[in-house]
Amino acid sequence: MWRRSPSFILDERRSSNSPPMADTTRGPFQNPDSISAYYQTRAAHHGVITSDWLAQAQAAVGRVTGEDQPLSSDNQLGTEKSFNVIEEFNNWRKQPDLAEAVAAIRALAAVIRASEASTMMELEIELKKASDTLKSWDKTSISLTAGCDLFIRYVTRTSALEYEDFNSAKSRLLERAEKFGEISCKARRIIAMLSQDFIFDGCTILVHGLSRVVLEILKTAAQNNKLFRVLCTEGRPDGTGVLLSSELSKLDIPVKLLLDSAVAYSMDEVDMVFVGADGVVESGGIINMMGTYQIALVAHSMNKPVYVAAESYKFARLYPLDQKDMAPALRPIEFGVKIPTKVEVERSARDYTPPQYLTLLFTDLGVLSPSVVSDELIQLYL
Amino acid sequence: MESRRNPRAVVDPKVRQVGFFTSSQPDSSSTQQQPDPISSTSASSPPLSTISPSGNSLSPVMIPPPLHNSSDTFPLRAAAAGAAASAVSPSSFSYSSRRDFPDGSTTASPGRHSRGSFVKSSVPVASSLPGIGMDSMAAAKSSSVPASGLTTVSVVTMPPGLSEKASGMEVQSDQKKPLKEKTTKAERRAIQEAQRAAKAAAKADGGKVAPVNAASVASTSVKAAKPGKATSQKNDVAVAAGAAEKKGGPSEKDRKKDAPHPRMQYDDESRVVKAKRRAVVKQTEAKNRVELFRHLPQYEHGTQLPDLETKFFQLDPMHPAVYKVGLQYLSGDISGGNARCIAMLQAFQEVVKDYSTPPEKSLNRDMTAKISSYVSFLIECRPLSISMGNAIRFVKNRIAKLPITLSESEAKAALQSDIERFINDKIIGADTVIVKHAVTKIRDGDVLLTYGSPTAVEMVLLHAHELRKKFRVLVVDSRPKLEGQLLLRRLIKRGINCTYTHINAISYIMHEVTKVFLGASSVLSNGTVYSRVGTACVAMVANAFRVPVLVCCEAYKFHERVQLDSICSNELGDPNAISKVHGREDINYLDGLTNNANLQFLNLMYDATPSDYISMIITDYGMVPPTSVPVIVREYQKEHLLV
Repeated sequence: MWRRSPSFILDERRSSNSPPMADTTRGPFQNPDSISAYYQTRAAHHGVITSDWLAQAQAAVGRVTGEDQPLSSDNQLGTEKSFNVIEEFNNWRKQPDLAEAVAAIRALAAVIRASEASTMMELEIELKKASDTLKSWDKTSISLTAGCDLFIRYVTRTSALEYEDFNSAKSRLLERAEKFGEISCKARRIIAMLSQDFIFDGCTILVHGLSRVVLEILKTAAQNNKLFRVLCTEGRPDGTGVLLSSELSKLDIPVKLLLDSAVAYSMDEVDMVFVGADGVVESGGIINMMGTYQIALVAHSMNKPVYVAAESYKFARLYPLDQKDMAPALRPIEFGVKIPTKVEVERSARDYTPPQYLTLLFTDLGVLSPSVVSDELIQLYL
Repeated sequence: MESRRNPRAVVDPKVRQVGFFTSSQPDSSSTQQQPDPISSTSASSPPLSTISPSGNSLSPVMIPPPLHNSSDTFPLRAAAAGAAASAVSPSSFSYSSRRDFPDGSTTASPGRHSRGSFVKSSVPVASSLPGIGMDSMAAAKSSSVPASGLTTVSVVTMPPGLSEKASGMEVQSDQKKPLKEKTTKAERRAIQEAQRAAKAAAKADGGKVAPVNAASVASTSVKAAKPGKATSQKNDVAVAAGAAEKKGGPSEKDRKKDAPHPRMQYDDESRVVKAKRRAVVKQTEAKNRVELFRHLPQYEHGTQLPDLETKFFQLDPMHPAVYKVGLQYLSGDISGGNARCIAMLQAFQEVVKDYSTPPEKSLNRDMTAKISSYVSFLIECRPLSISMGNAIRFVKNRIAKLPITLSESEAKAALQSDIERFINDKIIGADTVIVKHAVTKIRDGDVLLTYGSPTAVEMVLLHAHELRKKFRVLVVDSRPKLEGQLLLRRLIKRGINCTYTHINAISYIMHEVTKVFLGASSVLSNGTVYSRVGTACVAMVANAFRVPVLVCCEAYKFHERVQLDSICSNELGDPNAISKVHGREDINYLDGLTNNANLQFLNLMYDATPSDYISMIITDYGMVPPTSVPVIVREYQKEHLLV
């Protein structure tokens, strides 16, 4: 809107040699045409989320690696010394059930294992460097950043480590890293248990995106013999909703597929909205698959609760003010028809939902209201 | 003042009060000056707390009574007293008519018991009523409920004739002193008996009692009028019965005590000190003040400076550095939260440097007392900002925590370095961290709006410019201070593209803004941002346009207080500043009207922005939503003590 204002037009004219606004905002992103690595991981995982898809996923591993290498090679050139970390990370993240943050922590643990440092300080510096490389390798992934930060915090802030000799401290760190992976799986169980109180018989749940936590919640609810119905959005362009609905139908949960654009149409028969999250930011809002924001808006205007299921390692020290305030995670979009080159395509894979449109967050720390997220973050990082 | 208050005096209340009547109270003193200190000390004395274990006596939930005429029919107003939320009889603090209490007796509400020691004030009044005394006594009922040990309600009646008299007296508030009388225990007991009898009588013919009490109204006004004197614990004070107003003296004081306890920038204690120290700064109070803001001190500016300057050599207890800072506050040479705070802390450093413990005293205690007296001097010059309050708390805390084993020179060195560290870490260091965070939110092509001249925001803008970000700045300004012009000057000098406008144009200009950066004088624990007046307006307009509002505020300015509006705690500026436009003789339409009784100027200095309008608060702990201010306060306070 502001670009239309007269003084802005004047400004534009005065500095017409400078590139137009839209381009400058995109400027900082290094390579606007490349596909976000984070998105690729997600896409890979979406194919393999359950045992049925596992086989395919493993088959896909080889293929994905092939795609990954060229993409990340330019980054690796600059950071030859620590390309270890990224390789390690890439290995880990191909495991279908492993969250990206956990993969990052496993990779960092590998760094500790391989480290030849002889003092805690050296190890810390090395770790820091590795996590920085990891973070800069894929700036679009929130949980990767959050996982790295969390792990570094554990290493640098743990007083218990100070009094031990270096080797035992090192092994303790490794132990902790191992535990972290288990915690992440356990977190899903905890969240699923917590959410059971909110699912009542006869309710209709709208689900957007393919979240492992949400799937776990629905599975648990089905196991508990709850009677409920699920509406799945289609989730263009990855068809995440299609995958989810086929998973659910296997569990004998009545499920209905919707077009992404039919959310408002069917919102009046919905009792609650369940979404996962790529990242939970400091304001208590979430960053999630494209379309979450508009679903939350529709639900809010119809007074339907919006529940978010997210593990606490997705809490990130980020504070986007609006949609454009994040590094965009770009992805390819197939329209089925040829798009003229002059037509621009919005390719961002996710959006930001402000906290006022969310009702509750189910995390392994408990059921939180959005404003508590920041409290937890402050306690975690300060 | 007179003209303003005369009409109200008619309205004045007639009495009332709630008190905890015990026979073991200390005698009240015969002189005017004493009651204040006494009441203040009693307020904080331990017995008090035992009397009111619920502890709610200090936070009365008061309903400020509207202005009534004396002919109004609210004979019984159980006003004041710490009627807390817990009140057993909620009606007792609403404007309940006597009908509500047919027996005219007491309402026992647990929250309401007030300090026993205050009875003294009611007694002298009662005893001093001559003729009418008994009438009003009849009306006034006060008794204590033995079982609960609680207090009672009182009532007032005042024949119309009286009120005039009262108003006359009231005007000359200064003359009240000699009038106060002393009563003995026996007398008081007698009065109590009389009251009881009166109550019985009142019970007999309940409806008759005519008049009203606008007591609390009056008390509010009185108290506002003399903020310096008001010993602000009016609330739970037991109060005088009957025709208190007849006696200009006691009534005046009583009413002051009765007035609802406002959220003050300074608490009771310091206000008392202030009253004592009054002699140092002779500030004249402004005459016409806006009704709603009478509880705030307001002075006429411009008179006291030369006076103070001449006094410089007579004031031996005042350290010259403190004195200098005080004068700078007074004249407005130092303004802005950080600047004021730093100036004060540096003055304290000087104080510590030049300090030597007097014989027979301990450094910890003597120094704390000294600092307190300096602080009260500074308050007289200009009310403290919340940030300064926090800094003072820090300094005092450090002094109190000094190990006794330290020698004097060591202690002084430690203190000086502590203060130095506070300045460096909490103020200057905090700003650099804030800048670091805030800059990440500035993107190329942004149009940033700022209001006034917040130092933190200025640093952010300059730093962003150094990073070669391409953005424009919209400086919004307002009369009378026009601080934005200073900011504008500095920004332009650095080559930043700026637009300057007044706040009147905010709704027009807002639609081209992409982010609003604001400063804050303080951030309260409900997320309310307390800042230069006009900030709330800017934030609300920005919110309406869906423009994110970012508040830059150092964490040392956070405060655990909760404030819902800008009324109960604020600062009033010089009314002349808004009545005159400098350099525009042709538009001085208000010349000669300054003292008109029908004209009041309201020059508010601060306002409170609700947290709904704020997207983000940028502090030295990072970027947080306004909802997590309490977490920061909690964490910070902890650290505060450990520092």
